Amino acid sequence: MPSTEMRVLSPTAILGYGFPEASFKAGIDRKPHVIAVDAGSTDPGPYYLGSGKSFTNRAFVKRDLRYMLTAGRALKIPVIVGSAGGSGAAPHLAWCQEIIEEIAREEGLSFRMAVIPSDVPKELVRAALRSGGIEPLSFVPPLTEAALDATTHLVAQIGHEPIVEALRDGADVVLVGRCYDPANFSAFPILHGHDEALATHMGKILECGAIASTPGSGADCAFATLSGDAFRLEALNPARRFTKESAAAHTLYEKSDPYHLPGPGGALDLTHCSFTELPGGAVEVRGSRHVPTVPYNVKLEGARPVGFRTISVAGTRDPIMIASIGEILEAVRNQVGSMGGGATRGSIHFHVYGKDGVMGGIEPKAPGKPGAAALPYELGIIMEAVAPTKDEADTLLGVTRSTLLHYGYPGRVSTAGNLAFPFSPSDASMGEVYEFSLYHLMAIDDPRLFPGPEGRRTVRFSKGIKE
Amino acid sequence: MSTIRLVDVARVVRSKNSGPYELTLDILFKDRTIYEHFRDRALVNAELIAKLYGVSAADILGVVWFEPANAVKATLRRLVPSGAPGDTDIYGAQQHGPLLDLEWTQ
Repeated sequence: MPSTEMRVLSPTAILGYGFPEASFKAGIDRKPHVIAVDAGSTDPGPYYLGSGKSFTNRAFVKRDLRYMLTAGRALKIPVIVGSAGGSGAAPHLAWCQEIIEEIAREEGLSFRMAVIPSDVPKELVRAALRSGGIEPLSFVPPLTEAALDATTHLVAQIGHEPIVEALRDGADVVLVGRCYDPANFSAFPILHGHDEALATHMGKILECGAIASTPGSGADCAFATLSGDAFRLEALNPARRFTKESAAAHTLYEKSDPYHLPGPGGALDLTHCSFTELPGGAVEVRGSRHVPTVPYNVKLEGARPVGFRTISVAGTRDPIMIASIGEILEAVRNQVGSMGGGATRGSIHFHVYGKDGVMGGIEPKAPGKPGAAALPYELGIIMEAVAPTKDEADTLLGVTRSTLLHYGYPGRVSTAGNLAFPFSPSDASMGEVYEFSLYHLMAIDDPRLFPGPEGRRTVRFSKGIKE
Repeated sequence: MSTIRLVDVARVVRSKNSGPYELTLDILFKDRTIYEHFRDRALVNAELIAKLYGVSAADILGVVWFEPANAVKATLRRLVPSGAPGDTDIYGAQQHGPLLDLEWTQ
């Protein structure tokens, strides 16, 4: 293990979420060896991966990247951006690369950029599927070839290995497709001989920016120093600090088991981890272990289109209607289903706020459940239709809306209309709808080379001019 | 007989996706003493979570006690995967409400 320390700056939780300039400057003043950022997540849902669009704002991604790239060049340290464009598929990577090229031009920067896509060829997955080499994660249905065929973008969360190789080859900027969030932060320390487990655990905390400090924030910087058998965490904003509990609690976040955090090729084992508070709002972490898995597994992520969505927003203030809203909506659904005429393809979903709009089927206070709550005096209703084409979704929604508006439910006294619409027009097309089609593990041979040479490239800029 | 209400002894009660197919619930207790009181009696357990959310035992992935954060975590299957038609909470960030009503009389 190297005796020299390595300092890592994480500007923000997700590229484009922003950070205070003062925090970033405080980080730069500490002379980091590398600046890294995680740019993505599956959290915003399947649409962004499926459609190839970013869930982050272009202007703010550019704003964050400008700080990072100019500081990286001024200090002559690498800048690493992983899960580019939010979901890390080819269009997301191209989107982020275009922003970097704009900044390079505007700032007259000179650097070498390695681009590492993580799109996985469908044929590779199909072959693995046929030989039993695809394993669903918990509660995920088994993969089918039909789901694979319908998938528009298919990526793997790759590990630190290809980033390490790119840095070894002298890349100043590494732009990565979908990758394991901590890998952006662990790659440079690992290249320089630091412990993989500590570097990965450090990355696991840094990838969320200042969220793991207290008070937490996804739009502020965090700083870590790796040395020997420990790493130290610090907030760069005087309003925040790391505590033993805030750092430890972070390993709970978005994970099913805080002691064992699976990633590409292995799992972090935090069973023997210790967190020690240091003066000045810092925390020292030691004892993290990494348990490799054989074979080396990566997580695949894919999304497929399932149709088009049209919605309408309305409310009701009628206590008689509110008392039997469940039966009324079911009757409307059946009546629409029986009408045919192009209104039957697709599905109808009612989101009833005030009843179970937030929790759906697991709402314990919904009418009819043992813990049923008293009835509210008003309900918000979002009518949603999902159908194979936009026209069919518009039709299905329109028929559902007009049927509910004038439905003569038992006991009705308000015969002029059942719904209060806040808007005219009442219906809005929401565009294409996607769902996750892959969330499975696949074994791979060489994590440095996976998923293959396709699209891997080095781009050189000289005073902002692409060579 | 005394009543312990979760809202009085926890400093964080939250829900979030753990990937698109799982919902994970975190309770961070205010201090080690309270954490140990709950852990030693297994006051939060898979049966309680299944009952509270009206799901079957098979829908509960597990309950893990995590001493470094004085926390307990329960993970359950999402009835609808994140963002699929019929979902109500893409991030899963507002599924913690029922936990705030929990209380124990002893």
